[in-house]
Amino acid sequence: MDSELEEILKNENIDVLKCMQCGVCSASCPSGRHMTLNVRKLVRRASNKEFDFDEDDLWMCTTCYTCQERCPRKIRIADAILAIRSKAVSEGFIKSQHRDVARMLIETGHAVPINQENIDKREKLGLGRLPATVASRDQALDDVKKLLVSCGFDMLVENDSNE
Amino acid sequence: MTKMALFLGCIVPNRYPGIEKATDLCLERLGIDCIELEDASCCPAPGVFRSFDKATWLTIAARNISLAEKLDRDILTICNGCYGSLNEANAQLKEQPQLRKKVNEHLRKIGFEFRGQIRIRHIIEFLSEEPGPEQIREMVTNPLSLRVAVHYGCHMIKPSEHRIIDSVERPHFFDELVEATGAESVDYADKNECCGAGGGVRSGLHEKSLEMAGYKLSIIDEAGIDCIVDACPFCHMQFDSGQAELNDLKGTEYRIPVLHYTQLLGLAFGYTPQDLGIDLNITVDENLTHLWS
Ligand code: SF4
Ligand code: SF4
Repeated sequence: MDSELEEILKNENIDVLKCMQCGVCSASCPSGRHMTLNVRKLVRRASNKEFDFDEDDLWMCTTCYTCQERCPRKIRIADAILAIRSKAVSEGFIKSQHRDVARMLIETGHAVPINQENIDKREKLGLGRLPATVASRDQALDDVKKLLVSCGFDMLVENDSNE
Repeated sequence: MTKMALFLGCIVPNRYPGIEKATDLCLERLGIDCIELEDASCCPAPGVFRSFDKATWLTIAARNISLAEKLDRDILTICNGCYGSLNEANAQLKEQPQLRKKVNEHLRKIGFEFRGQIRIRHIIEFLSEEPGPEQIREMVTNPLSLRVAVHYGCHMIKPSEHRIIDSVERPHFFDELVEATGAESVDYADKNECCGAGGGVRSGLHEKSLEMAGYKLSIIDEAGIDCIVDACPFCHMQFDSGQAELNDLKGTEYRIPVLHYTQLLGLAFGYTPQDLGIDLNITVDENLTHLWS
């Protein structure tokens, strides 16, 4: 873990050094049961400053927050995972599927935009063809797009570690 | 009763519009003063967007929240993801002036401001508080005799910080609302376990995510229930569309109807499965949809 990540965790008020490696987190973790994620070890790697940001494990967490609720040292584990992920993303480690979801937001203001099948379902139910969200409001969508640019989200999403 | 603005999110209006319809019908029947929050965008979804960039996540959430602030109404969510995202962003922006200042600098460019004046409510938490399960029971016209597997979903209850819930490990407020319809909430193993969709796992590691859903579905299937009832369209999609995918991939034969709570309540108010879009699910069980037609 480089000093930048240390800084990010500190800003979020997360102290991974309090970990006593009891394993309550990994024993509670549904992703650990179905995938290779070992959250106890992930916390250890974070506190030992030996983190590889291209780790697949980082993206196996469903953010169910069970570990965080149960940790006897009250370490905000899931929040730490989110913070470490954003560091990985800023270094260009982005899964292509996640990049696609991010592009949807940039284009449409929705992570899951409307399609013809669901326009038909809406009409069948007597709802408006399009919802009264950014899907049908040009000005509102424009505002969202402006904010995404203002935050530099468009640049972040196109950042690629392989280039 | 508090004045509310309904936040639709993405999956409800764009994939499961039946839930939107059912919500409208139920709120109207309950006499709740709720209008639609127009112009809203993605909350934004906590899995991918909060993981990607906190400032973007907070700013887009703050825009949605300030839309409701302008109306002087609390936000009503019908999705655990929207609730988790908006509620957490709202709390952080209320508590941390530095963060709020940064976000408001972005919002100023579109003439918006986050002021920190409203609350974010989840429909299950809201209905438990006002009107409450007893009043709902009295308003039910068609008591249901269904055995139901209630799925809370993670972000309705966790993290417990900034949430009003009875218990993290053994919550019962949702079960009480389900039982107010006459249905029986059947206990099952690992009831509070994750559906496997959150955190960007459904999009990023799709097959593994389905495996997690399959684990819960197998337990629920053995419990001998008539349907799953959730209060999150993402869990809903994971179970409804997920079981069809699992049937194709793994040769399982799941046919478990999946209802959002508003669809269950709609049935108890005498609406048909067609009125409530239950027949528009991926997994349609004729036994359930024909019970009423
Ligand atoms: S539960 Fe907390 S203290 Fe125990 S191993 Fe996990 S992070 Fe460390
Ligand atoms: S929040 Fe993530 S790491 Fe923690 S128990 Fe849930 S899936 Fe595992």
